Amino acid sequence: MIKAILVFNNHGKPRLSKFYHYFAEDMQQQIIKETFQLVSKRDDNVCNFLEGGSLIGGSDYKLIYRHYATLYFVFCVDSSESELGILDLIQVFVETLDKCFENVCELDLIFHVDKVHYILNELVMGGMVLETNMNEILTRIEEQNKLEKQESGISGASSRAVSAVKSMNIPQQLKEMKLPDIPQAIKELKF
Amino acid sequence: MALKKVRGNLERMFDKNLTDLVRGIRNNKDNEGKYIAQCIEEIKQELRQENISVKATAVAKLTYLEMLGYDISWAGFNIIEVMSCSKFTYKRIGYLASSQSFHADTELLMLTTNMIRKDLNSQNQYDAGLALSALSCFISGDLARDLANDIMTLLTSTKPYLRKKAVLMMYKVFLRFPEALKPAFPRLKEKLEDPDQGVQSAAVNVICELARKNPKNYLSLAPIFFKLMTTSTNNWMLIKIIKLFGALTPLEPRLGKKLIEPLTNLIHSTSAMSLLYECINTVIAVLISISSSLPNHNASVQLCVQKLRILIEDSDQNLKYLGLLAMSKILKTHPKTVQSHKDLIMQCLDDKDESIRLRALDLLYGMVSKKTLMEIVKKLMLHMDKAEGTLYRDELLSKIIDICSQNNYQFITNFEWYVSVLVELTRMDGSQHGQLVAHQMLDVAIRVQAIRRFAVNQMAILLENAHILTQPSSKMVDVLYAAAWICGEYATDLANPEITLLAMLGSKVNSLPNHIQSVYVQNILKILNIILKGASQEHAVQLCETICDKLPQFISSGDLEVQERASSAFQLVTLIKEEIVNENLEILNEFDMLFGGELNPVAPKAQRKVQVPEGLDLNAWINDPPSTSSAESEDEHFEDDNIPNIFLKADQEKDKKYEEPSEEDLEKIREARRLQQENNPNYLKPDNNTRKMNETDSLINNVDLLLPHSIPGLVSPDKYLTQKPKKNKVKTKTKKKKRKKSTEK
Repeated sequence: MIKAILVFNNHGKPRLSKFYHYFAEDMQQQIIKETFQLVSKRDDNVCNFLEGGSLIGGSDYKLIYRHYATLYFVFCVDSSESELGILDLIQVFVETLDKCFENVCELDLIFHVDKVHYILNELVMGGMVLETNMNEILTRIEEQNKLEKQESGISGASSRAVSAVKSMNIPQQLKEMKLPDIPQAIKELKF
Repeated sequence: MALKKVRGNLERMFDKNLTDLVRGIRNNKDNEGKYIAQCIEEIKQELRQENISVKATAVAKLTYLEMLGYDISWAGFNIIEVMSCSKFTYKRIGYLASSQSFHADTELLMLTTNMIRKDLNSQNQYDAGLALSALSCFISGDLARDLANDIMTLLTSTKPYLRKKAVLMMYKVFLRFPEALKPAFPRLKEKLEDPDQGVQSAAVNVICELARKNPKNYLSLAPIFFKLMTTSTNNWMLIKIIKLFGALTPLEPRLGKKLIEPLTNLIHSTSAMSLLYECINTVIAVLISISSSLPNHNASVQLCVQKLRILIEDSDQNLKYLGLLAMSKILKTHPKTVQSHKDLIMQCLDDKDESIRLRALDLLYGMVSKKTLMEIVKKLMLHMDKAEGTLYRDELLSKIIDICSQNNYQFITNFEWYVSVLVELTRMDGSQHGQLVAHQMLDVAIRVQAIRRFAVNQMAILLENAHILTQPSSKMVDVLYAAAWICGEYATDLANPEITLLAMLGSKVNSLPNHIQSVYVQNILKILNIILKGASQEHAVQLCETICDKLPQFISSGDLEVQERASSAFQLVTLIKEEIVNENLEILNEFDMLFGGELNPVAPKAQRKVQVPEGLDLNAWINDPPSTSSAESEDEHFEDDNIPNIFLKADQEKDKKYEEPSEEDLEKIREARRLQQENNPNYLKPDNNTRKMNETDSLINNVDLLLPHSIPGLVSPDKYLTQKPKKNKVKTKTKKKKRKKSTEK
């Protein structure tokens, strides 16, 4: 069984957290923190297995992780899972993300964490591995995305327009266009 | 209507969607908390609106905030509302939110039963898929009971996607509602032979999880699994099956024998490392479970070890790690086979990866032999010098001691070497294992007579350099306890007792831990005793004066034990000094008697092994029991309580009438006993083999004087000596009893 799947970046900022056992929110954050501390101090050329942290699991649990560029993908699993199998699964997960987002990078996960969840839901269900065949996973995701597109239909056009306008990010840009601090400049002119 | 919609859309332009929220948080790094609080307020506003798409967006945002650690359980109603929406897009958002924030104890769950049932039976397989995925995260006992039938129906759905999910879901149902297992099991079993591989794999997965909890009940499925294993090509499923077999073989050895061949074939044929590794693991499990009945599986063992060697030699650290892990399992049953790969394991000790080094260390335990011990320990010591991090160094230290002391020092050929290793180990800063090292020192110095002189003088050096060991962070200071005791007890072997004595009286001694100070005081007396034997009168007086000068630093100790011992010692030395001045040298003999005799080690079960000589009934009264003198009977009672039942009581009955043997009889009995002891393999004879413990009758009379606490029932405060002296205590006590009897005669 998989107890938790965590994705965080090199600074420990969570990008995805999926717990298959119930933990309260503050506990979840502590677990993420602890896991990050355990994983981040390891070199890249050491093995990808780690005896579990104290907060999550116990002696039967292992952390199995992979580090891709700026992101750590950490699976906390018990002894019924094959270590190398889970490493493969992480690889499948990341490759699927890569296919879905076209050259996935951290920003994709930041802005589309919901989609990442939908993808993960096709791989793992309730802590058990659901599917490991990437083509099958991709088909399922595409079919569901198609459903969403159909639904958006006419009304979706307007909402797409809205989001297109928004992604121009006008309010933000306006905000960010800082006017020069005129009074200060004037003051310094010193007549 | 259309107008309203357009207006709604226009309004929405000003709402934040998920992207805006994320962007906003990123732009407000300095006051994130405040920004998010503001967003949550907005979300609350949005949730109050009619428009379901606004609500859905709000819930999507909440899901994001949940990941950052914000509690969103207050929005449970809204989440359910979005879940129940007919549009797949919104339903997806709602179910995602529910799977992240609901759990089995969420009270709102009772509102969801019918909605989830509707979704499970939906025409759209993805609606049902969403419901199953989310339900697997928060299913409660009630939901499991109410929905078990609906989920079971899905097991026979025409869509493999749903069958697969339903199979996995059943496991969660069983967990919450065990009654469902019985009716559902036949269907689950059918799924093992489902035409769809994904469904098959899911069924294997579920049964593996069930079997982990209770393997016995699933033995009957072994034939089906066996067939799957030999026909399937799905590695993921094969791994699960093979793992399951690993759990089943201990229960059914016949299964193991059948497994060996197909597993060996897989090992030869597969290219997938994960599968190879699990095969090896299960073969090992099989070998362990049948090793007693069928010792001739050498070919399989060889194959496993060979393949593991390939894994360990791989440049992939993961394979290396797993290879070592599996190797340690083989080591338990087939140490010889593993030993031939010593070179490889030694190499792993140099690995840059600490996890791998630790695994290799575990293996080393089984690698040593008489020939290789010194080399291996030397290597470990080198590592200890280089190693960073006290945790790993401590691990190394305890491993060194483990390796050396295993099986009663089986592999040590030269104890001088071992003592020097121990002394070397004391140099390690910050170690937590001072007690361990001290214990080893005591053990070796007491038991190995041949190197005692060497050991004693090494200890003397430690005492003289005590300042090195008393670094504040170091727990090595405990070693001084052993050093002081050894130097005192075997003071005759000291090269220069005076220097050692003065070292123990140094000015910094009172900063030592109390239990060490107590030992110091006692052993100062022992050393003094040795020196006085050969000293001139003038020198002796001078020495006594020095001691009397220095002892007060112990007397002022806050610890009662130290204080008491020091006061007694002070009085004693003062007395001796006076007597020497008065030229009453008889006092020296009396002083010597306090510490006379040698304390010999006795194994914990030694006394039990000594057979009671024929004709001797230890329970019989030698004289008639004293007429109820309360003090004595109490004493008797007291002693009996403290002596464990270590004597055979079989002949208690028949020897009730015990006659006192005459002196000649006694002599005869003694002679007979001596003969018997010589022929008795259980009796440890006093011989020259210093590795064995000896036990001689002659020391009995002296021993009890050496034991500071021979008061029955009093637990010795000295942590260290707990093991050995206790044994001694038992022995001496019983001997004392014997002696008492003989004196009473």
